[in-house]
Amino acid sequence: MACLLASVLTITLLAFIVGEILFKAWPAISKFGLGFITGIQWSPNREVFGVLPVLIGTAASSFLALLLALPLGLAIALFLSEDFLPPAIRQIIRFVVELLAAIPSVVYGLWGIFVVIPLVQKYGALVAAKLGFIPFLAGPAYGNSLLTASLVLALMVLPTITAISRSSLVAVPYALREGSYALGATRWETILSVIIPTAAPGIVASGILAFGRAMGETMAVAMLIGNSQRLSWSLLSPSNTLSALLANQFAEADGIQVSALMYAAALLVLLTLGVNIAGEAVLRRTQKATAGLR
Amino acid sequence: MTTEASQHPLELTNDFAPGESNFIKVDNFKFFYGKKEALHGINLEIPSRKVTAFIGPSGCGKSTLLRNFNRMNELIPGVHHEGDITIHGTSIYDPSVEIIALRRRIGMVFQKSNPFPMSIFENIVYPLRIAGQNTRSVLEETVERCLRSAALWDEVKDRLHDSALGLSGGQMQRLCIARAVASRPEILLMDEPCSALDPIATAKVEELIIELKKDFTIVIVTHNMQQASRVSELTAFFYLGNLVEFDNTRKIFTNPSMKQTEEYITGRFG
Amino acid sequence: MTSTATHSDKNFFSADGKGTSVFRLFRNRFLTGLCVALSLLTLVPLFSIVILVIQNGCPLLSANLFTQLPPAPGMDGGGFGNAILGTLVMVGISLVFSVPLGILAAIFVNEYAPVSWLASAVRFVAKLLTGIPSIICGVFAFAAVVMTTHKFSALAGGIALAILILPTILLTAEQALLGVPYAFREASFGVGATPFQTIWRIVLPEAMPAIMTGVMLAVARAAGETAPVLFTALFSQNWIKGIMEPTASLSVLIYNFASLPYAYHIKLAWSASLVLVALVTLSNILAQVIFAPKHR
Repeated sequence: MACLLASVLTITLLAFIVGEILFKAWPAISKFGLGFITGIQWSPNREVFGVLPVLIGTAASSFLALLLALPLGLAIALFLSEDFLPPAIRQIIRFVVELLAAIPSVVYGLWGIFVVIPLVQKYGALVAAKLGFIPFLAGPAYGNSLLTASLVLALMVLPTITAISRSSLVAVPYALREGSYALGATRWETILSVIIPTAAPGIVASGILAFGRAMGETMAVAMLIGNSQRLSWSLLSPSNTLSALLANQFAEADGIQVSALMYAAALLVLLTLGVNIAGEAVLRRTQKATAGLR
Repeated sequence: MTTEASQHPLELTNDFAPGESNFIKVDNFKFFYGKKEALHGINLEIPSRKVTAFIGPSGCGKSTLLRNFNRMNELIPGVHHEGDITIHGTSIYDPSVEIIALRRRIGMVFQKSNPFPMSIFENIVYPLRIAGQNTRSVLEETVERCLRSAALWDEVKDRLHDSALGLSGGQMQRLCIARAVASRPEILLMDEPCSALDPIATAKVEELIIELKKDFTIVIVTHNMQQASRVSELTAFFYLGNLVEFDNTRKIFTNPSMKQTEEYITGRFG
Repeated sequence: MTSTATHSDKNFFSADGKGTSVFRLFRNRFLTGLCVALSLLTLVPLFSIVILVIQNGCPLLSANLFTQLPPAPGMDGGGFGNAILGTLVMVGISLVFSVPLGILAAIFVNEYAPVSWLASAVRFVAKLLTGIPSIICGVFAFAAVVMTTHKFSALAGGIALAILILPTILLTAEQALLGVPYAFREASFGVGATPFQTIWRIVLPEAMPAIMTGVMLAVARAAGETAPVLFTALFSQNWIKGIMEPTASLSVLIYNFASLPYAYHIKLAWSASLVLVALVTLSNILAQVIFAPKHR
């Protein structure tokens, strides 16, 4: 009986979370409507709230992080699934990646402040001086920027990509590798034309799930992205994400601002749930597909 | 070089003399998995354009030897060998031999069919594509030639671009045979090609093997003695890592000279 | 050998005639090299983090760090004993909520109704909950607890963390129960035990080590998280007096002090990072060790 109750409670928890947030967000939802999503001003003093720049910042930082992390994560996943290296070294690499996953977000943030920000400031200024005519690289170069946050985010989602890609690479039957080698393929021809295409849905799923993680990642981003709601094309400008906005403003918010933040939180829940459900769906289909190969 | 080769420079020709008596020559060959010696000094000469069957109980080393002809065993960590295997008088272990070229000249068919999760067409042209051959007409021609020689053309010609995974078990295995001959190898190695197939599919593959020996030197490992007697001209009986007897198939099955061979083929062990 | 003499050229099995294989072999090497380079590239930031945390965290390491309160802004000396205690208290509160709930739900899913729609709903929701950003747990606790009690408190922080780790505990406990051989249950039913007795006397004890692994992993996760406690427990300069008070935690201390312009506070943030990483790593290792004797 208690077990049944616990199960019902678990299920209702999700509904309760979403319901509670929507309930508290209701004043803002009814007041601002969809204008909240398309608005580009966020000014609590004037009670004007629009999150478009923040939504763009969320998508841009997560996408950039994924772009950086996917090749790295795939390279490591290949090392862990193919027999390039003796098992002992593979074990070490695995341990290192697990360590990356275990480091708290706030420690990444601290490290980012003292290592990545100075680097981005120094080289960003050089790049902006030379290539500033490209909108993405326009100056002035800030240390607290979209680029800084994306670099650290890339590290943080790497373990997700590695773990899921690895398991889908390992699931490729040995018979396919054997078949390819027997036809005179080199190792990399086998990897690129047989193994990766076979594991592709799993690799895609790892990317989607990593994207979802990056969107929800809070502390490191809040410490590094510069928390600016101004729209800018440049990767070297400060930006903001939904989760960083919540982290920075909740403790001191009151009145309608709390409600507006709840609205933003509801958007974040909606986006991450959507991305995660998509990722899980792709992953499930992959598992079915590779099961058919055995 | 024949004219055909100059048209398709990446395809190899079969310009060896037919009927060589020692086409594949195994010379005092020993093979080790780590410390364990799996083959104890095998001597064997396999003639070309004939079907040679390797029989023997499980673990006797017949598959191990077969997998050394195209050096597939080297994918297993911790193996080494002594002695030599020569094909056409060239040692396959000669430093100038490139494994990828060796394997293009020796097709292999596995116990369980292993089509890639691509279309039927792409499966067959895979060996050509990896060698840099992407000319449409050459690829189409190859697909038809290979499917015809695997007696699969009529069954699949209308759905060449469907996934290979939609074929039946027997069709998949014949597709793998078609793929194995796509790079115009001279030798076909078959590692128990029918063990996962039903009797009807098995009969089709056996028919195909007899057909294929006109163009290929075929070495087949089998557990099924009827199969060996049906398809092969020569039979080698292996036991505990030794070659016990190698002779004409008819002689092996009617009048073997070794007592162990007789016991095995009459079903007294194994 | 006469018949082969005319055909035995050394290049019989080498290049395909146009040097293609040279290119292919080169490409093979190049891609391996690229893969090695990319992998090594990820080691650089990792080593940088580990080395900096140790290097900057060690100088202040002393007993004072664990027993004293943080200094006022601009002052030197002191430690973060209250933050360590606060983290432990909040992790403890989160376990009080999530462990019974998670394990009971796992028992339901695996033992009582493994194929019902309710069981699949529980699994599905748990999967979804793992994907919810940790800050949302904080937002929820803020809405449900802080806005109701009109107080930032350790309780609110603990509840936020409980939601965060519930799916971890539930899913690992389910796996643990799944790992208990069915024969054990048959044996127990066979001697006339009720389902209740079977679960409590046979199945749960057998699954306990693996369940504890899940709990330790959850502890590691909860201890390291900042976002759920940031605006639920807030922060405090003082020792914790009750669970309805604003409470300091190691992670929020790092966040707060990292952006202060005082050298000593920044040093404290690094030391707190060292302690936090040690705490998280220790919980992770403990999880592996508890798991080890049973299943390896």
